[in-house]
Amino acid sequence: MADRHIEPDSPELRARWGGFEWTAGNAEQAKVIVGRYPEGRQRSAVMPLLDLAQRQVGAELNTQGWLPIPVMEYVAKYLDMPVIRVVEVATFYTMYNIAPIGRFHVQVCGTTPCMLRGSDDILAACKSKGLSKGHTTADGLFTLTEVECMGNCASAPMVQINDDNYEDLTADDMTRILDELAAGKQPKTGTQLAGRHTVEPAGALSNLTAMVDANHDYRGEW
Amino acid sequence: MALQDKDRIFTNVYGFQPWNLKAAQARGDWDNTKALMERGQDAIIEEIKASGLRGRGGAGFPTGMKWSFMPKESKDGRPSFLVINADESEPGSCKDREIIRHDPHKLIEGALVAGYAMRARAAYIYIRGEYIREAETLFAAVQEAYDAGLLGKNACGSGYDFDVFVHRGAGAYICGEETAMIESLEGKKGQPRLKPPFPAGAGLYGCPTTVNNVESIAVAPTILRRGASWFSSFGRENNKGTKLFQISGHVNRPCVVEEEMSIPFSELIEKHCGGIRGGKDNLLAVIPGGSSVPLVPASEIWDAPMDFDGLKAVGSGLGTAAVIVMDKSTDIVRAISRISYFYKHESCGQCTPCREGTGWMWRVMERLRTGDADVSEIDMLHNVTKQVEGHTICALGDAAAWPIQGLIKHFRPEIERRIAENVREAAE
Repeated sequence: MADRHIEPDSPELRARWGGFEWTAGNAEQAKVIVGRYPEGRQRSAVMPLLDLAQRQVGAELNTQGWLPIPVMEYVAKYLDMPVIRVVEVATFYTMYNIAPIGRFHVQVCGTTPCMLRGSDDILAACKSKGLSKGHTTADGLFTLTEVECMGNCASAPMVQINDDNYEDLTADDMTRILDELAAGKQPKTGTQLAGRHTVEPAGALSNLTAMVDANHDYRGEW
Repeated sequence: MALQDKDRIFTNVYGFQPWNLKAAQARGDWDNTKALMERGQDAIIEEIKASGLRGRGGAGFPTGMKWSFMPKESKDGRPSFLVINADESEPGSCKDREIIRHDPHKLIEGALVAGYAMRARAAYIYIRGEYIREAETLFAAVQEAYDAGLLGKNACGSGYDFDVFVHRGAGAYICGEETAMIESLEGKKGQPRLKPPFPAGAGLYGCPTTVNNVESIAVAPTILRRGASWFSSFGRENNKGTKLFQISGHVNRPCVVEEEMSIPFSELIEKHCGGIRGGKDNLLAVIPGGSSVPLVPASEIWDAPMDFDGLKAVGSGLGTAAVIVMDKSTDIVRAISRISYFYKHESCGQCTPCREGTGWMWRVMERLRTGDADVSEIDMLHNVTKQVEGHTICALGDAAAWPIQGLIKHFRPEIERRIAENVREAAE
C-alpha cells in the first residue's frame, strides 16, 4: 500500500476551510453528478464530488488542489454519509491529495514500460530543476511524484502534469516543459516526438494509411 | 495473411480523424442500430457466442456466455446493470484509452447493444481517474448520443430505454477487478468482494450486473453487422477475432495496432514496430500480456502465436495483449522488481498474504537486484510467491507472484551471478 499521510486537523485548517461550500457553478455540477446514480444511492457520488471539491480548493489556492478535513466533512454532509467513510475513500485513492500540493503536480510514470524507455532520465531532469520526489519546490510551483503506470505505454516515457499528459519524452523535453510552465506558458500536450500524431508506429505507418487525410469509410470494401 | 485495413474494427484508433458523432457515423457507427436490436436479445447473444469473442480485459472468458448468465426477467423488480471496465491500469496496457479518446461511439453503441441483450437498465462506464482528457471526450460523446436520441428513452427508436453514465475512478489499480469496481461505484474503497455471490446474481447495488472490458463491448456492434463468421475467420480455434495489441519497450516503433489473433510475435514486431531495437539477436525477453503474466525468453517467444493458447503454451498468457519488449540492455531483475513495487503499491490491503507478501517480495527482489542476498533466498522467495498465489480474495496476489516466478524460472543464473559477484565485491 502507498505511504500517504493525511494533513492533521488543526484550528488553522478549520479557520481556513470550515466555511467551505460549493461555488454556484459547482453547486449545479454537484446536482448533475448526484443525478447519475439511482434514488437512495447518492453515496456513489462521493468520488466525483471529492474530485470537484479538490478542484475548487485548487482554484482558490491556485494549486492542483487538495482535501482538508473540513472539506471532506462538507462532502460527507452533502451526501448524508459518515465522515469516516469519506476519509476512507479520500485516503484509499491516490488521486485525492490529502496534504497541500504545489501549483503543478508533476507525476512521472516510473513503472517498467516507462522505465525501459528511460524514465530514469526524466526523473533526473526533474531533479536537476530542483524537484525532489514527495516534495514541493520552495516557490510552491512544482510537486514531484513518481506514479505507477498511467496507460501511455506505447508513447513512453510520460509525465502527467495536472490534467495533461506529455508523452515520448526526452530529458530535454522534460526540462523545456518545466521551464515553460514556470514561465506561465502552456507546453504542447501529448507526444513530444516530431512527426508523431498519437500512438501510431512513428514515421512508418503500417496500417490505416487511408485514414490520415480523409475520414475513410471502409464499408464499401467489406 | 495479415489483417487488412477493411477488416479493422477501430479504424480511427490513431485519432487522425475527429471522434465526434458525425465523423463516427460517417465511418459506420450508429448505422441503423435499431435493426441490430430488433434481432432480439437471444439472437444477439447467440451471435456473439458464435463469433468466439473472448473477454478482452485479460481473463478471456467467452463474452456471449457471460451475457447469457444475466436473468431474462426480473422476478423481484431489481434492475440489471452493465458495468464497463475502462479502468485500464495494467502496466503495458494502453488500448482502451485509444478507443475512448478516438472512437468513443463504438463503445457507446456497444454499451446500448450489449446492455439491451442482457436486459440491463443502464450502463456505467468506469474510467480510470488518470484518463482526464479521455473522460472529457467520453462525457461529451455520451451527451452527443443523448442529444441525437441514440440513448435515453426509446434509444435509437427501438422502444427500449437505456442510460449510459460515466464514472471516473481516482487512482487505484485494484478497481479494475470487477467486484472492487462495483464497490468503488457504490462509493466505497475499492476492495474486492468474496465470490459467490457472483455479480450476475448480486452485483452493483445488489442487482444483477455484468462487468465487461471496453474492447469487448466496443467490438460487439461490428460483429453483429458483419456476422459471427467474419469475426471468427481470424485467429486459431478457440482464439478468434481481431485484437488491439500494444507494444512498448525496446522496439524501434512502439505502437498500438489492431491485428488478427494468433499472429506470430515475430510478424507483429517486424511488420508494425520496425523490429527489435538492435535487431532480433538483441532480444532478451518479452512480457506478452501486461505486467501480471510471466516473462518469456527470446528463444521461446519469437515464433509463438499471440493468442490465449499460444502464450499459455510458453508458460505465460495473452492478458490484455500488452507486449512489453526487453532487449539485452535491460536490467531484467530490476524490470521485474519494479513490477513487484507496483503490486506492493497497488495492494488494497484487505488480504494478509497480499498486503504483507507484496512488500516482502519487493524487498527481497531489491536485494536480488543488487546481489545482496544468499543463494538460498531465491528458493525461499519462490516458495513465498507460491504461498501468496491462490490465497487471496482477488487475483492481485497471483499477479504479484507470477512475474517473480517467471524471472526465477528463466533467469536464475543471472540472479545467482549477481549474488556471487556481490560476495566477491564484499571480499575485496
